[in-house]
Amino acid sequence: MLPYLLSLPALLVCIAILVPFVTAAVYSLQRYRLNLPYLRGFIGVDNYIDFLSDPAFWNTLRISLVYTASTVVLELLLGLGIALLLRRPTRFHNAVSIVLLLPLMTAPAIAALMWKLMTNPGFGILSYLIGLFGVHDFKWASDPSTALFTVVLVDVWVYTPFIMILLLAGLRSLPRQPFEAAALDGVPTSFVFFRITLPMLAPYIITASLFRLLDSIQQFDIIYAMTQGGPGDRLMVFQVQAYLEFFQYTNVGRSAALLMILWLITNILSNIFIKNWLRLRARAHGHA
Amino acid sequence: MDHSSLAGRIFRGVALALVLVFFMFPIVWILLMSFQTNEQILRIPPHILFEPTLANYEALISGQLRTAAGNLEISFMRNLMNSFVLSSAAVLLALLLGVPAAYAFARFKFRLGESIAFTLLSFRFAPPLLVLLPLSLYYQELGLNDTYFGIVWVYQLIALPLILWIVRGYFEDISPDIEHAYRLAGHTWREAFTRIAVPLAGPGIAAAGLLSFIFCWNNFVFALILASADKQPVTVGALAFVTASGIQYGQIAAAIVLSVTPTLLLALYAQRYLVEGLSLGAVKG
Repeated sequence: MLPYLLSLPALLVCIAILVPFVTAAVYSLQRYRLNLPYLRGFIGVDNYIDFLSDPAFWNTLRISLVYTASTVVLELLLGLGIALLLRRPTRFHNAVSIVLLLPLMTAPAIAALMWKLMTNPGFGILSYLIGLFGVHDFKWASDPSTALFTVVLVDVWVYTPFIMILLLAGLRSLPRQPFEAAALDGVPTSFVFFRITLPMLAPYIITASLFRLLDSIQQFDIIYAMTQGGPGDRLMVFQVQAYLEFFQYTNVGRSAALLMILWLITNILSNIFIKNWLRLRARAHGHA
Repeated sequence: MDHSSLAGRIFRGVALALVLVFFMFPIVWILLMSFQTNEQILRIPPHILFEPTLANYEALISGQLRTAAGNLEISFMRNLMNSFVLSSAAVLLALLLGVPAAYAFARFKFRLGESIAFTLLSFRFAPPLLVLLPLSLYYQELGLNDTYFGIVWVYQLIALPLILWIVRGYFEDISPDIEHAYRLAGHTWREAFTRIAVPLAGPGIAAAGLLSFIFCWNNFVFALILASADKQPVTVGALAFVTASGIQYGQIAAAIVLSVTPTLLLALYAQRYLVEGLSLGAVKG
């Protein structure tokens, strides 16, 4: 009896999540517009089928994937590089790794505002600095051709430390013997990196990347705070599009269908993630 | 790893310097901006040296913004207070609900427990709007829209999975033998839980609580959907402030500084727990 009693509150929260989730699944099968309540009715998978011929949907899918791929790849390379630089646990390296936590602990929406101030075409320091290098009329987030670059930059600023901190913990927990043996034998650095460090670090790299992948494909805060999905539809990622469908076009059915598709993608990814993560967790806590 | 060659050391030094500049510059620059007047901010080229002013902070704290166009009321301090109230209440509730559940999951292997733990974990990775949008319709019917309680309740989606999984790991690391011995001495399970298990898992509970606080504080989308102006936390409030007074750059910078200071201080204070907390306890730092 006792364990059930103790987990009762957590169960309630679970129900509080699952009820709206099932509701969303039902909405996605309905014609449901808040401004036209009398038209509401079951329409099967029509909302989903409509997406197939809707260029706005394919734009959303494409932008979300490009955003996710760019942020995760950049953050992984940069995070790995920084973790390798800070690998030896000297006092200075530890101080640097703590300071690098600060962007990660900044609210992403606020981080977007910070970069908005710095990239203001009139007085922004970054606009000024690139002007010194002869780049003028760089409009950052307000120009369709550079908007994606700008929000990816903010995402990289906020989340690279996350990858760095995980990989640094991973690097420092690796057994020493293989590296000592390699050093004794005079094995070249690049060989050690590709044949020893990387393979041993792989579980950490996979966990960190999946974690970021899951968050990145759902990015809302940075993009909404920066441009609300604009200019035009240039940054209409899944959640921003779904938000606008709901609040601007009051089309609940379409919004829910869009989110269900996103959920399907993240659910596949998160199952892989959870499996991986459980393995790492068991190893870290010393029990299977 | 070659630490010895001069070229290698120079390369590492330069690389580290660039990393520090990239990640620290925005914070430092906004901090500097918050002590400048609008005229100073708009100067080109920008000046590193300037006469600092507290006017931006005074305007935010007094809630009165005097501009050429007239007086503007700012409710930013209210946003700041909302953030404190909402985040603290959410973390307290999550600890109250989560710590006993984490203990149950760690000590008793039962199916319902595993299902709850995994449902919460997998919804940690589900799109928040998927739950939030239907919930906002339910909230309207239930009258929970735009109430502190309604917002604190949805913040459980952030705080509870974090607390459950981190604290559970800590409980699992404590040998149950100590509690067994204590109970054999004639104490109830409740005493064993509050006097033995909870104190031993103390650091984990503190870490999970601090981290949940930071994540609740930094959350944006929940309150964007569920709260109106007078219940909004700083993340939503700062954006509204930018929209309302788009050209008061000094005040915007000051508002940003006030919004991030509490979490950055907490992060520095609790940094040794963060590594583990961030990975939900998967990596022991």
